Amino acid sequence: MIPEIGQLALALALCLALAQSSLGLAGAARGDRSWMVAVRPAAQGQFVFVAIAFGCLTYSFVANDFTVAYVASNSNSALPVAYRVTGVWGGHEGSILLWTLILGVWTVGVTFFSRHLPDDMVARVLGVMGIVSTGFLLFTLFTSNPFLRVFPAPADGRDLNPLLQDPGMVIHPPMLYMGYVGFSVAFAFAIAALLGGRLDATWARWSRPWTTVAWAFLTIGIALGSGWAYYTLGWGGWWFWDPVENASFMPWLTGTALIHSLAVTEKRGAFKSWTVLLAILAFSLSLLGTFLVRSGVLTSVHAFATDPARGVFILAFLALVVGGSLTLFAWRAGKVGLGGIFGVVSRESTLLANNILLIVAMASVLLGTLYPLFLDALNLGKISVGPPYFDAVFYPLLAPAVFLMGVGPMARWNKASLPDLWTRLKWALGVAVVAAVILPFVLGHWSPLIAAGLFLALWVVVSSVVNLRTRLTGSHRHGLVAKLAANSPSYYGMLLAHLGVAVFIVGVTLVKGYESEQDVRLDLGQTVDAGGYAFKFLGVVPGPGPNYRALTGTVEVRKDGRLIETLKPEKRIYNASGQTMTIAAIDIGLFGDRYVSLGEPLAADDIDGAWGVRIYLKPFIDWIWTGAFLMALGGIVAVCDRRYRLAIQRRTGAIGPAASAGAPAD
Amino acid sequence: MKSLRWSLPLAIFVILVAFLWVGLSRDPREVPSPLLGKPAPAFALAKLHVPSETLATADLKGTVWLLNVWASWCVSCRVEHPLLVELAKANIVPVYGLDYKDEPDAGRAWLAQHGDPYTASIVDRDGRVGIDYGVYGVPETFLIDKAGVVRYKQIGPLTPEALKQKILPLVRELQK
Repeated sequence: MIPEIGQLALALALCLALAQSSLGLAGAARGDRSWMVAVRPAAQGQFVFVAIAFGCLTYSFVANDFTVAYVASNSNSALPVAYRVTGVWGGHEGSILLWTLILGVWTVGVTFFSRHLPDDMVARVLGVMGIVSTGFLLFTLFTSNPFLRVFPAPADGRDLNPLLQDPGMVIHPPMLYMGYVGFSVAFAFAIAALLGGRLDATWARWSRPWTTVAWAFLTIGIALGSGWAYYTLGWGGWWFWDPVENASFMPWLTGTALIHSLAVTEKRGAFKSWTVLLAILAFSLSLLGTFLVRSGVLTSVHAFATDPARGVFILAFLALVVGGSLTLFAWRAGKVGLGGIFGVVSRESTLLANNILLIVAMASVLLGTLYPLFLDALNLGKISVGPPYFDAVFYPLLAPAVFLMGVGPMARWNKASLPDLWTRLKWALGVAVVAAVILPFVLGHWSPLIAAGLFLALWVVVSSVVNLRTRLTGSHRHGLVAKLAANSPSYYGMLLAHLGVAVFIVGVTLVKGYESEQDVRLDLGQTVDAGGYAFKFLGVVPGPGPNYRALTGTVEVRKDGRLIETLKPEKRIYNASGQTMTIAAIDIGLFGDRYVSLGEPLAADDIDGAWGVRIYLKPFIDWIWTGAFLMALGGIVAVCDRRYRLAIQRRTGAIGPAASAGAPAD
Repeated sequence: MKSLRWSLPLAIFVILVAFLWVGLSRDPREVPSPLLGKPAPAFALAKLHVPSETLATADLKGTVWLLNVWASWCVSCRVEHPLLVELAKANIVPVYGLDYKDEPDAGRAWLAQHGDPYTASIVDRDGRVGIDYGVYGVPETFLIDKAGVVRYKQIGPLTPEALKQKILPLVRELQK
């Protein structure tokens, strides 16, 4: 009964989504108020019904209803309840339902926080989001229905993929989808602006907080996924350039370009059509990512169930939504004009250069991801593009972008002078260069790549400090607190996010430069030394888990004879699927992790004998995720800026009030 | 010329969609199996229904046969099963089942319930033979010729298209 209610709720949600899109777009085109006012309730109702459907599916999981095919494939009666709940999005059908639900969350968000916007704008935005909802609901109902029954019902389910039975997986997909789907708001605003012909600073101000929040979620989502790969795949890697990872990284790069471009459009009225294009691109890449992950055109270590029929549907939808938007862009963008002009050396130009570098980086990731597909389509053979390509292309592109991060915030809008920038930044540059050259010696081993990485990180930090100092000494207020309070939250958000980039770079550089990996054979009681630590292997004991059998090893970590940590790496054999999972044990430290994972027993089945054990030292690796969280936090702080909460009156001028008040950097 | 530049993103996108469209009809998982063209790994396993008897690859020399890897716990096997039952009725090619990592009782009950298309099923309880065959997902199906050489491998459920367009033509050719 419950699954049928869920299915009915989805059908009703589809009807409301159709109403939401048609009333919104037609109402705004006709200027019919009575149609436009109906859009908000339709959108909210649509969300309520999707939420009911989601609740029904969750109920079926918790109640172990294996007559539902999707539950039977992704759950098991022995699966702990928490994982039965997260099992809802453990497979394809549920992931798409989660996607639709989160789109509903964003839509409802727009209905609540749009009181100050003109009616036709809101109607168009919700109308565009309604089209996206309609597409995904049709997709769910016709190709990916999670409520289909299976008869006769299996006695028990196949169990959730063991890789997904992990706390990180509980929040990784929702966070990632909040980011992916959140770009639909910026997209809808851009399409609404193109349709309405109103592409100005106000439009940028409305779009900015939504975009920044979505970007922050995406940042956290990607970081969680990377952290999860680090401790559950047992290889100690944190990024694999896998198509599924790239699918989330491309919207992130574009989103990063978009939030900076929106800043210019809001402050200076420039980059208008470029910003619109980025907004379309960011969401298109989210859709493309969904297509790549769900259609099976590319293979991935994430190996989700794939189905060509679904691929055809998403591709058709992608062609419709993105093709339609780009056609609209081709038709209307020429009419909105380019916006303000600016000097060759100015904050605009540094942001533009950064934007271009980010988009070229995104395009290179896209090319690398799709290259195997292109070759296969042209009958040139089956190949895969691995980390060597991405490393070779990506770092040279991002290094200048990071360098510009130090210059941009110091440059004046409109026209900056190079000698002036040089005077203000020469000390920062000197400090960063000297420290970057010396530090690798202190850390033990000098290489040009380590020095270059450290230079970029230090450069970002020192130039941010110089920037803050300039702001504070330039302030007319008295007292440090008053001076600090004079700057806007969006300024501090920017500093925080840039600091996050620096922390991230330190992590990447040092882990690549100084990590050590040993695969050793250890007898009971044997000790091995790695990087000043002694690892003593104390054997492996079998034990039961809720839905698996575990083999738990014990490894004592000592430094200078003193016990600092007892690590318990595990191997789990899941009962229902027979799959094996390796759970690494990690002693986390601010300056590096000690990572131990179990390989195989040397003599098969003799668990009391010698084992292959992997012992990795990962210096500064946690800085990678700390950096990502700082970036996201910066985004959240920036959104708290007062000016987004003020009731915004209609403005037609290209320049907002903030720009005339000086040069707030964000 | 000037208006063309606004259409550039659209043009790039159209090319991209064309490639994605072609990509959809290809299977990236269709990795050439290392077993193709090589002798099928030998086994001698107890039969599911008559545990006292064994079936060995040597017994099948001189016939073209299909080896279908299945299990009672495998949900996708239910998808392809009706197709196998139909194939068995048509009596074109003998299908042998490898009951993979399964309890024999559960396997027998499953066949009783869903129909038994197999000339014989053999029990690979610990999955050793599965490893020899490089099984990484159930179901999988192998086509083996008279000389005992693997000629085709289907990963995942059999589809009517794969059967009609690839497997059966190949069977007819090999049976000549």
